[in-house]
Amino acid sequence: MTVIPSLSRRLHGPSIWALYVIGLCPAAWYFYQGATGGLGVNPVKTFEHLLGIWALRFLIATLAITPLRDIVGVNWLRYRRALGLLAFYYVVMHFSVWLILDRGLEVSSIAGDIVKRPYITIGIVCLVSLVPLAVTSNNWSIRRLGPRWSKLHQLIYPVALGGALHYLLAVKSVTFQPFVHIGLVAVLLAYRPLRKPFLAWKRGGNPRVARAGR
Amino acid sequence: MPVYRPPHIAASEITPRQVYMSRRKFIGTAAAGAFLAGAGSALAAPLTASPSRFSTDEKLTPKEAVTSYNNFYEFGTAKSDPAERSGQFDPLPWSVKVDGLVGKPREFGIEELMKMPLEDRVYRLRCVEGWSMVIPWIGFPLAALLDQVEPLGSAKYVSFETVVRPEEMPGQTGFFQPLEWPYVEGLRLDEARHPLTILSVGLYGETLPNQNGAPIRLIVPWKYGFKSIKSIVKISLVEEQPETTWKNSNAREYGFYSNVNPEVDHPRWSQATEQRIGEGGFFSVANRPTLKFNGYADEVAGLYDGMDLKANF
Repeated sequence: MTVIPSLSRRLHGPSIWALYVIGLCPAAWYFYQGATGGLGVNPVKTFEHLLGIWALRFLIATLAITPLRDIVGVNWLRYRRALGLLAFYYVVMHFSVWLILDRGLEVSSIAGDIVKRPYITIGIVCLVSLVPLAVTSNNWSIRRLGPRWSKLHQLIYPVALGGALHYLLAVKSVTFQPFVHIGLVAVLLAYRPLRKPFLAWKRGGNPRVARAGR
Repeated sequence: MPVYRPPHIAASEITPRQVYMSRRKFIGTAAAGAFLAGAGSALAAPLTASPSRFSTDEKLTPKEAVTSYNNFYEFGTAKSDPAERSGQFDPLPWSVKVDGLVGKPREFGIEELMKMPLEDRVYRLRCVEGWSMVIPWIGFPLAALLDQVEPLGSAKYVSFETVVRPEEMPGQTGFFQPLEWPYVEGLRLDEARHPLTILSVGLYGETLPNQNGAPIRLIVPWKYGFKSIKSIVKISLVEEQPETTWKNSNAREYGFYSNVNPEVDHPRWSQATEQRIGEGGFFSVANRPTLKFNGYADEVAGLYDGMDLKANF
């Protein structure tokens, strides 16, 4: 039973495109603010941090699709690709702002930072790991790779863990905002090993859900 | 002969302490005139000070940046929190207690401290997070205050303590408090007595805004900003190296000395460069190399002769 009204099938396609547009709005808005002096006295850092936080938010949303379906019974699987790609776009923007606006493309200092600072190393590894996922997110790749596609896309779990760790290591002290984001990632990752037993238990108690959950 | 009997006063007629204190404060404030008309940011009072040879002639960071981009966790951890959430903080009346290993321990009223010979001190400020500013402080050498209490020979360090007022400082309430209160800091006695070390009561020609540590704060320009403790209520002279808040929070990352040093990186980020706030723009960040002792090496390097600055970070 769910309180969310189901969307007419006709609107599935447009709603996905709307999600891309809405999802890119924060980046566009913050960029506009930054360029016009609306992001305070340290606009580049603020912009960079906001992009990073939004990347993590889209990763969290991507990871939430499966438990949402399992536990609440809301099937938003059709939005998962858009959410995952939005996360990737935000990671790329976050990295680009750091590289170009923050570090000013100073290659030597950037290379040193990547090697010497664990949180930057982790960030770069996460970014690189997301590339094959983004590249194989199209229908053709899904058909072509078959079962290997699911295997490959499990990379999202270490990436989410790395993203949370990257955030944790970059802040001077863990305050409310990092705590909430990192906590959500932790909860969503912790759900994965519990999923099979949970579904089995649910099936045992309610045969109707068992069919839907398969 | 009738014996005098004091009249009975109904409890309901006794003026609550809070009310008479605020009345006194009102009268005191009026008497002090413009001088202390309110150290809050909204009612900043002008201050006069004499120039100092220790001032840098670098370009000043705009006042707007100095008073809106702050780390003052007592008001919250976001850079904008201190400016936005310090309106309830009332820096008057105020006094600073000076005690410990001194010949003449005593309490200094803020009015008295404001009458110390004030100087303009334009200093660089380098935050441990990798940004910097140039700020025109107004203050007086800490040594001048220490002289008045006559430190004993056994005093080796000076410890400082920030006020605790959860009812006026929203960062000191709630579930998420990143640090332990009171915020405490410390210096070696020779660092404290160094002529560059000042107690500041103002900036940009006016009394300190709340977000910058009203009504009185420490400035140690060759150390990372968190050493320059704000809203001080207590200064003690002690024999042992005192506890310091950030070291208590994470001893691996923050040491007692915390001298600005581009050669000693923070375990999680480089200290080789800094971003000068208020310079450059969205498309041209003003990164510059960080200088040893924040550019004050000529004045202070001698304090650390023979000391391993990597081990004593």
